[in-house]
Amino acid sequence: MKQASGIVRPKGWWQTLQRLFLFAVLGLFCIYYLVPLFVMVSTSLKSLAEIREGTLLAPPRAINGEAWAKAWSTACVGVRCNGLAPYFMNSVLMVVPAVLISTFLGALNGYALTKWRFRGADMIFALMLFGAFIPFQVILLPMARTLGELGLAGTIPGLVFVHTVYGLAFTTLFFRNFFIGVSDGIVQAAQIDGAGFFGIFFRIVLPMSIPAIVVTVIWQFTQIWNDFLFGIAFTVGESNPVTVALNNVVNTSTGVKEYNVDMAAAIIAALPTLAVYVLAGAWFVRGLSAGAVKG
Amino acid sequence: MAGISLKGVRKNFGATEVIKGIDLDIEQGEFVVLVGPSGCGKSTLLNLIAGLETLSAGDILIGGRTVNDVPPRDRDIAMVFQSYALYPTKTVRDNITFGMETRGVPKAAQAAALKEFAGLLQIDHLLDRKPGQLSGGQRQRVAMGRALVRKPEVFLFDEPLSNLDAKLRIEMRTEIKKLHQRLGKTVVYVTHDQIEAMTLASRIAVMDEGHIRQLADPETVYEDPVDLFVAGFMGSPPMNMLAGRLVRDGGMAVLCDDGPSQIRFPLPDRIAGRVAGSEGRDVVLGLRPETIFAAGTQLPGPDRFLFERPVVVDEPTGPDTMIVFEIGGQDLIARVRPKDARPPGAPFRFEVEMDRAKLFDARTGLRL
Ligand SMILES: Nc1ncnc2c1ncn2[C@@H]1O[C@H](COP(=O)(O)OP(=O)(O)OP(=O)(O)O)[C@@H](O)[C@H]1O
Ligand SMILES: [Mg+2]
Repeated sequence: MKQASGIVRPKGWWQTLQRLFLFAVLGLFCIYYLVPLFVMVSTSLKSLAEIREGTLLAPPRAINGEAWAKAWSTACVGVRCNGLAPYFMNSVLMVVPAVLISTFLGALNGYALTKWRFRGADMIFALMLFGAFIPFQVILLPMARTLGELGLAGTIPGLVFVHTVYGLAFTTLFFRNFFIGVSDGIVQAAQIDGAGFFGIFFRIVLPMSIPAIVVTVIWQFTQIWNDFLFGIAFTVGESNPVTVALNNVVNTSTGVKEYNVDMAAAIIAALPTLAVYVLAGAWFVRGLSAGAVKG
Repeated sequence: MAGISLKGVRKNFGATEVIKGIDLDIEQGEFVVLVGPSGCGKSTLLNLIAGLETLSAGDILIGGRTVNDVPPRDRDIAMVFQSYALYPTKTVRDNITFGMETRGVPKAAQAAALKEFAGLLQIDHLLDRKPGQLSGGQRQRVAMGRALVRKPEVFLFDEPLSNLDAKLRIEMRTEIKKLHQRLGKTVVYVTHDQIEAMTLASRIAVMDEGHIRQLADPETVYEDPVDLFVAGFMGSPPMNMLAGRLVRDGGMAVLCDDGPSQIRFPLPDRIAGRVAGSEGRDVVLGLRPETIFAAGTQLPGPDRFLFERPVVVDEPTGPDTMIVFEIGGQDLIARVRPKDARPPGAPFRFEVEMDRAKLFDARTGLRL
């Protein structure tokens, strides 16, 4: 095969063999990761009768959307049988503000810590970094107290608050590391041009940090959407996020175990993070190799 | 109307002192050029004037007002950064108008100013590009444009033409000079280009290791350098420096080792008078290349000294040819007319204008 672009590679049968081996290994890993997903999707599309035949790896004989419909709107979560829909909405109401606020504050922190260096900036950053290493479990009780004091216990705004605070350590870290690579001269030029702290932030710095924003948003979205512990600890019944509800769907026994409904519910709960990856995936990769975004 | 005064200005970065006590009074409308070796603190000094760095000690006044604690945006200055520092996400147009926009200049006035300077800097065809899509020289001109459009009281330029080709650089130099004459604003200008410094400056400040060695008009700095450092720094090719000893026989003269023998440069009365009575002192004789030429090729004058040496290397530059020769193992450069040049190895009769020679104390480096 003629090479059209990129780094010139050596040719010959040995190289070809190496490539074949490489692809074989990669293919194997691909299958390893994709089989469970395939089983989930195909199971969710089967009828209960078909599942009982025990052909786990076989594709469904006929596409059957009933399990999806049930998981979405009529499956029983505990005692209420409205499906996942309301809890899915809870998660959306939680994740959107939490991601936006924590990303915005992280950007502001990173900007202040790198471009408006003040006495103790390094100390503050070190402390914030420390926050990133505190295990979830440690803050459960103090946070429950705090939410109680604030009157936010058991509510979605309470959960937004928890995720924002806990996420700040990460978002600040991401943005600080991005801004440290942005030339100080640009900020100085903007100062001479008459812009102030926020003027520079919104009009110069933020437009430059789109790759960092994308990475942070993906990270925060995945973390917050998939969170189970905070959800189960700080919300009750109808304010549960979808992850908690999913757990309850699976654990609510009405006699027969409806594997197809469970699988459909699990996929529904995982769909938003998948969507975010697919939509922003290209950006994610570009943002990780962030050196390439200057100039 | 704004002049600039620096009083005892110092700046440390941690333990290293970068600016070591500078006093400088710049009149309103003056064009002061800062020159000095790389790392001597020129950019730091500009940053201090701009307010981008905090003073460690001393005072800075702009237009008679102490601005030590005034942030950059309120100092009414514009600056061209050595690193350009363009806004990467903005187009050239928005880069240039950003400063006017933040200051609420009406759109029509912005457009007029943009048009004026984009034309002058020859970047009108680049207005819709992003900085990443420009060459180095184009970026530099955008950086110039961004500073010029605002017409503040004080301009700070940090090597604004360093990246342009020779022709464009001369054009821009002339434009800057015209602009300065038209606007009459105060300018502080850093450059490594000797000719830029000489042609633009109303005064040149020669800096070295955080000090100002000499501050004077270009002619004085060139013809009357205060010490060896200034003499060696200004001029291209640099001044020839010959180590020697003061002797008296007949008149005063400088005796230099020249291999097995010695060579005597007789001093003109003007210089001799100043060093009378200090025979035996170690000195450095400074001879600018253009004061050494082929014997008999210029109108005769007083205090000429003739000697002969073989040519070591000849370097044509176009209008002149540089002839390198040796005295006592040291390379010296003479500037001769191209038609007088000889090939390497050929004997050459040189004539020196001793009247324009400079004499320095070898120990202190100070001018005698
Ligand atoms: N932020 C800083 N921290 C520590 N040292 C610094 C800092 N900025 C500059 N310096 C030091 O101060 C000295 C002067 O730097 P400056 O940039 O003013 O030099 P310059 O005269 O502009 O040189 P050039 O002609 O190469 O631009 C240098 O030795 C440099 O290493
Ligand atoms: Mg510099």
